[in-house]
Amino acid sequence: MSRVVTVIDYGMGNLLSVANAFNWCGAEVRVSDRREHIADADLLVLPGVGAFANAMEQLRISGLDEAIKEYARKERPFLGICLGMQMMLAESNEFGLHKGLGLIEGTVEPIPHEDAEGNAHKIPHIGWAEISSSVEGDSWAGTILDRTPQGTPFYFVHSFTAFPHSQHNRLADTWYNGCQVSAVIQKGSLYGCQFHPEKSGEKGLELIKTFLAI
Amino acid sequence: MARLDIKGPNLIKGIHLEGLRVIGDPREYARKYYEQGADELIYIDCVASLYGRNSLTEIIRHTSEDVFIPMTVGGGVRSVKDVETLLRVGADKVAVNTAAIARPELISEIATRFGSQCMVLSIEAKLNDRGSWEAYTDNGRERTGLDVLDWVKRGEELGAGEVLLTSIDREGTRKGFEVDLVKAVATSVSIPVIASGGMGSVDHLENVVVEGKADAVAMADILHYNRQEFPEIRKEALARNIKVSVR
Repeated sequence: MSRVVTVIDYGMGNLLSVANAFNWCGAEVRVSDRREHIADADLLVLPGVGAFANAMEQLRISGLDEAIKEYARKERPFLGICLGMQMMLAESNEFGLHKGLGLIEGTVEPIPHEDAEGNAHKIPHIGWAEISSSVEGDSWAGTILDRTPQGTPFYFVHSFTAFPHSQHNRLADTWYNGCQVSAVIQKGSLYGCQFHPEKSGEKGLELIKTFLAI
Repeated sequence: MARLDIKGPNLIKGIHLEGLRVIGDPREYARKYYEQGADELIYIDCVASLYGRNSLTEIIRHTSEDVFIPMTVGGGVRSVKDVETLLRVGADKVAVNTAAIARPELISEIATRFGSQCMVLSIEAKLNDRGSWEAYTDNGRERTGLDVLDWVKRGEELGAGEVLLTSIDREGTRKGFEVDLVKAVATSVSIPVIASGGMGSVDHLENVVVEGKADAVAMADILHYNRQEFPEIRKEALARNIKVSVR
């Protein structure tokens, strides 16, 4: 029996792309803005494209923020994508300080506007970038990256990046001209990826399938 | 990136954005380029701004069912509502040219609502007799009097997250990118620039990336007419130390 995935609809994000990718991977997908569909989901996905403050405001107005926190407390599988990942953190410095969902301790900060040598580089960071373990030698076995080889490229598009306080919450990073960027964060069964698995071809679909099997 | 110019239900290709020839079903080509490892797809509806309609939504909706890479869609995007419609059917970014020149605030409206990363400023450039480049609208048909370098800086200030830069002079010619133009634009702004128009060989790709400082390259003719395929282009590019993703 396929498991029910609720993709949270709060008026932002590329919902159809996310739903299509999960469908393709064999999940039963529900795109919903209803709290009860969060409460009874087998797996929960928080997509997101856009501005942090606006997105959090949308979640708060609809009461979805509390429903997500409640779901997360039960340690069930959760995946935040891009802005959805950033909102998992406690707060963000995107155009002023804003509170996030606080599922993982840490902050969201702008990607440095200079590369490692101090030269200005392009922001947003757009394109395919290879990911690797945040702590060299750390294994991805048993995580959503279980079937992802080190050095696999995924599609990124973002101007801000997550900084979990604890190293234990960092699963994978990528390097943008020498600047460290959180690629995947984790706390138990809660995952966030900065890149877009639904837009990262076969490797992205593989990650989604692994998530569905958690 | 593969660029697919669309007219009605068909994938088409022209020269200097004119003399459009039907290539085939865009969905088949999109699927093929996806399987061959394209990084992104760019769809431009060539006649949308002329006739005020948008035939792309159905094509995008179908494509997004089995193609899982980013899709940028342009042609006839006039309002925040149009952007919402395209994102709802599976587009990730929109490219705006004519409507942004008519009303530059549209750039800010789109960037504020959906994020800068979603707002691609499409510029169609043509060299004028003063040796600078002028921005054109309506798929290379209408002059605007706007200087391309002034316009791209303005676009960045207003919130564009990326630039799709098409050289009308080179488009469809296979003679290579207009490297001077690409370099002038790419060094004027701090947002990524996608060079489009003129790719005939991997030499041209190397030239526009190394000399022209392009952040990404769009190709059409070379792919549509099967002159070279993605895996081969990628391999040759890697052999020349050009940074390409291998997915």
